[in-house]
Amino acid sequence: MPNATTTLLDAKGLDRTLRRMADEITELNDGSDNLIIVGIQRRGVQLAARLGALIGASEHAEVPRGSLDITLYRDDLQTVGPRPVVGPTDLPWDLEGKCVVIVDDVLYTGRTVRAALDELADFGRPARIALAVLIDRGGRELPIHPDVVGKKVTVAAGDRVDVMVAELDGKDGVTVVRAKGDA
Amino acid sequence: MSSPIGKDLLGLEPLSADQIRLILDTAEPFKEISERAIKKVPALRGQTIVNLFFEASTRTRISFEFAEKRLSADTVNVATQGSSVVKGETLVDTARNLEAMRIDMVVIRHGASGAARFLAERIESNVINAGDGTHEHPTQGLLDLLTLRDRFGTFEGLRVCICGDVLHSRVARSNIWGLRKLGADVAVCGPKSLLPSAIGEFGVTVFRRIEEAIEWAQALNVLRLQLERMTAGYIPSLREYNRVFGVTRERLERAPGDIVIMHPGPMNRGVEIDSDVADGPHSVILDQVTNGVAVRMAVLYLLAGGRPELAEAAKGGGER
Repeated sequence: MPNATTTLLDAKGLDRTLRRMADEITELNDGSDNLIIVGIQRRGVQLAARLGALIGASEHAEVPRGSLDITLYRDDLQTVGPRPVVGPTDLPWDLEGKCVVIVDDVLYTGRTVRAALDELADFGRPARIALAVLIDRGGRELPIHPDVVGKKVTVAAGDRVDVMVAELDGKDGVTVVRAKGDA
Repeated sequence: MSSPIGKDLLGLEPLSADQIRLILDTAEPFKEISERAIKKVPALRGQTIVNLFFEASTRTRISFEFAEKRLSADTVNVATQGSSVVKGETLVDTARNLEAMRIDMVVIRHGASGAARFLAERIESNVINAGDGTHEHPTQGLLDLLTLRDRFGTFEGLRVCICGDVLHSRVARSNIWGLRKLGADVAVCGPKSLLPSAIGEFGVTVFRRIEEAIEWAQALNVLRLQLERMTAGYIPSLREYNRVFGVTRERLERAPGDIVIMHPGPMNRGVEIDSDVADGPHSVILDQVTNGVAVRMAVLYLLAGGRPELAEAAKGGGER
């Protein structure tokens, strides 16, 4: 039975996880001062928006948000070919002295985060950069470690972790698609 | 040939509507890079691009150079003056020698129609046509399309008139191909001596009077009167041309609706276009220049990705 799909988080579970992550980010940063939440295109942007809103609500403050498309900073243009559509990067903030939290949906090899760090460096010099990911699926190829993790999961190399957000996918949730039924 | 737009960009005629839309969509995020404090991304790091210009050009060459540098490519400019071309080296020999030095792309401008294709068929590197004779100037066509899309949002039913020296204009040809593929209504307007005799085959409307064109069009693309070609007696005089076909403020004031004025540059102020039109509220001429860098970045980026065997091996291997 190929392509067995299991649910990792349903809509409620995703919401709970994000609330905890928001609290952990606030704790890590000791409040919301100087905090900027930056989502990586695509699903990271929606997750960052929600985390920003949650932190803003609990801290009674407006948390600035940005988005990052790391396509042009990837190290695999030659091998994978160009991504069909490059998304917008939107970082209208001075990063100097700020605490930037990068938000991504799934942390895997770490190459996306490496590219995001390179891109952020071209925008300024934050006091600190932290990494928050909804799902850590292991399999790192670079020495990159998340500071805030929604859920850790162990899956095989061929498996796929799909994060769905209502804004793009019509519903919230996280599923694992196993490549082979024998897993 | 696995880049989504093929190995080379030789013209808009060979591209599909989807491929043209892909280039325009890809150009959008590249606009933002030129607004950054550090105007550079590493996408083409390590790629070597040769700008091979056999004809004078300021705007196009500089625009390509900015696009290449903002993508972190290494660039070399070869102008015919001072190169071995003046010693009689052929186009292919020049390019093969450059290729032997391990380059990745060639941007070529040449006075002969078909020069870009001729080169593309003989070398491995990606070739980008930056204007070949009176054939095509695809990146100019693309930046005109992007500027129109910025203004109007869609091409479906958009009325665009190309005015002036259509006969000698590669810009006109690229525009006609691109606009027609995307669903725009295209017209041309100019003296009979400056319209190709077979203009009917392009599927465009022909206006003999500029007043009619202004009444009909939502956008005018005013071509440069190629003064260097005017010795052949195509028009009686520049003053006469301006009087009959010049895009002037008085004429635009009689336009029934809002009208957008484009010009590929360099302008002959007071001949095909008056200064107060070129600098006036209808003009998007400088937007065209800005969009030129973004569109060229998009083309370079899309062409650079095409390495068939590697792309196949890495299929589905994105981060997830």
